[in-house]
Amino acid sequence: MEIPYTVDIRPDTGLNNVKLGIWLFLASEVMLFGGLFSSYVLLRVGAEAGTWPQGAEILSVPLATFNTIVLISSSVTMVMAWASLKLRDLSKYKLYMSATVALALVFLIVKGFEYADKFSHHLYPSESTFLGIYFLITGLHGLHIVGGVIVNSYFLLPGVKMWHTAPERFTNRVEAAGLYWHFVDLVWIFLFPVLYLL
Amino acid sequence: MDNVTTVGHAHADHEHEMPFWQRYVFSQDHKVIGIQYAITALLFLLFGFTLMMIMRWQLAYVGQPIPFIGGLFGDANAPGGIMLPEFYNQLGAMHGTIMVFLGVVPLVVGGFGNYVVPLQIGAPDMAFPRLNMASYWVYFVGGVVMLASFFAPGGAANSGWTSYVPLSVIATQGQTWWLVGMTCLITSSLLGAINFIVTIVQLRAPGLTWMRLPFFVWTQLVTAFLLLLAFPPLEAAAFLQLMDRLVGTSFFLPSGLVVSGQALEVSGGGSALLWQHLFWFLAHPEVYVLILPAMGIVAEILANNTRKPLWGYRAMVYSVIFLGFMSFIVWAHHMFLTGMGTYISAFFQTTTMIISIPSIIILSAFFISLYGGSIRFTTPMLFTLAFLPMFGIGGLTGLPLGLAVADIPLHDTLYVIGHFHYIVAPGTLFALFAGIYYWFPKATGRKMNDLLGRIHFWGTLVFMNGVFMPMMIQGLAGMNRRMYDGGEGYQHVQDVLHWNVVMSWSAWGLGLFQVFFIINFFLSMWKGEKTTNNPWAATTLEWQTPSPPPHGNFLSPPEVHRGPYEYSVPGAATDFTPQGQRP
Repeated sequence: MEIPYTVDIRPDTGLNNVKLGIWLFLASEVMLFGGLFSSYVLLRVGAEAGTWPQGAEILSVPLATFNTIVLISSSVTMVMAWASLKLRDLSKYKLYMSATVALALVFLIVKGFEYADKFSHHLYPSESTFLGIYFLITGLHGLHIVGGVIVNSYFLLPGVKMWHTAPERFTNRVEAAGLYWHFVDLVWIFLFPVLYLL
Repeated sequence: MDNVTTVGHAHADHEHEMPFWQRYVFSQDHKVIGIQYAITALLFLLFGFTLMMIMRWQLAYVGQPIPFIGGLFGDANAPGGIMLPEFYNQLGAMHGTIMVFLGVVPLVVGGFGNYVVPLQIGAPDMAFPRLNMASYWVYFVGGVVMLASFFAPGGAANSGWTSYVPLSVIATQGQTWWLVGMTCLITSSLLGAINFIVTIVQLRAPGLTWMRLPFFVWTQLVTAFLLLLAFPPLEAAAFLQLMDRLVGTSFFLPSGLVVSGQALEVSGGGSALLWQHLFWFLAHPEVYVLILPAMGIVAEILANNTRKPLWGYRAMVYSVIFLGFMSFIVWAHHMFLTGMGTYISAFFQTTTMIISIPSIIILSAFFISLYGGSIRFTTPMLFTLAFLPMFGIGGLTGLPLGLAVADIPLHDTLYVIGHFHYIVAPGTLFALFAGIYYWFPKATGRKMNDLLGRIHFWGTLVFMNGVFMPMMIQGLAGMNRRMYDGGEGYQHVQDVLHWNVVMSWSAWGLGLFQVFFIINFFLSMWKGEKTTNNPWAATTLEWQTPSPPPHGNFLSPPEVHRGPYEYSVPGAATDFTPQGQRP
């Protein structure tokens, strides 16, 4: 039994199943983070005057700026990895995919240092609602990064076997992983100014 | 037909090559997963209903020991068989949670959706079979977590199915289990929703254009979008509440909160209303998740048993899409009591009045569809016919609740309980029973017993109304809901108190008549009358394949040449023209 349109594009919708599926998943992710950002807004406007801190007073803007650059670079390498597959160049793909995974790990390490610094100053989520929402949103975002690392590593190491049997299907999978990766970046692009700068 | 069944057997032989656990337990076949979902959900419905039957003893016979089973609950819950208030609260919270999230939704979407949608659109399976399997098992884990929570210290969640804060934040450990369980259920719905949308958009058979889709498929499509977009904010809310409970944040705890005379040691500054907004942003669309697929089932059975096309198919399709959109902007009508400003409440009561229009269009179309038909009173049709007035009562009693002025005195009374149970119990559940009787021959190749079905129907109809109609009377008399003593302590409701006994005996009678269904279900599975592939003489694609359908569903790829409800077409050879029949 073969499920139609796993690889081929259905003519009247212009999509294959994977691409539609990943976009729907991202739509739900928008609602998840949307719910959290809305909570942030409501909690902040509802806070007593003067109790909500400026992000930069507590958080490290230079580290977050560095991390922003790291994540944007990883998005670029992710696109390059997919484009290399489109150009049928597997060694380039491996190079760019490794770079994507490495950059994601750099992001997580920097984030880990940030967290450790907060904890060492006894700045825990229970300290204030600002710190609570900071840890929740960045923590959930961090988990998404971890998820991306796992998926991308899979496509880099064991999953790459599919390239030799079904190259087109493999390329589609990497494209879907890429869409997810860009989304995770995009969340950070919102998260950085909202939590650190405003 | 003979050679068709032979090919079917050839397929079946092929299936035998798979080991048992792969075929029936960790199956990726949408039909097996659908049946797994349906049976699990039916068991949860029975369990959730049992919780309510236990509660109803306390409401009718306040403070008296529960007969027969009172000793089973232990001294922590019911010393000497007499229910404690804490236990009553657990039963209430878990009844709601189980019925909605573990019973009706998994049955209507996971069960019926999974089994019927791919067949009706002529697809070999769901678009992502492995994801489908994952969705079932995550649901299963969520269910196990919810059940296990009864054994947590302090018992299961006891802050109502809505888990309002700050009560739920300071509640016993069961609430944490509830949140974890809900996260599993949300994840499961999410996986399912993606799968349904992709399947319906991508895997429709050639010729099955949007306006040729059976109405049931349309309702499943809209439902999937609701699950996809409305559930994640509750997941966010669950994370926030988990943080409040486990890490000590105070997202939902306002400053200066005092619990049992002690000031709570938290940073404060949170918002109790935030939870309600996030919860109802999900839970209002959830109401439509419960009702829309039920309407879809009703549409299929109605057209089939009136032997005529649905009246106003297009209007119904546009209505269901419009309902889907509108359901996202009515949530705060559950919160009029929170003292929201008049501008906000004016907005939400306007959208609420607007959303009633498409519902009424669909219900009217059903009624008009009956006109001039030669109705076959089969068991599924009886449930379908009863659905119409029962859903009508549920819908119309909801209108006063949509208006802030009327809602404020009614909201905390049993009137609200009566209203939404009319939609979900004799509404959705009747459609679900109808669907089981209707599609049972497709799934098993055997028909359910008609006599037992009729006894089940009439008993259920009478006792359902016996349970829920008195709630309206008590509610209008001002009786509060959630009362552990059934309202006994309130002077102003003494005149309507005797209804508690009627309602409780009706609930137990309702339970008794479900025995006929359970017997029928198992008896028919093994001993039922064997049927043809199309016993109801129906038009849609699921009836153009063997019963039960082989792995891969169709013996040859189906093509569609006409709309879904071509019954009694003048000049046609039979009174039904299957969708796959060439012109």
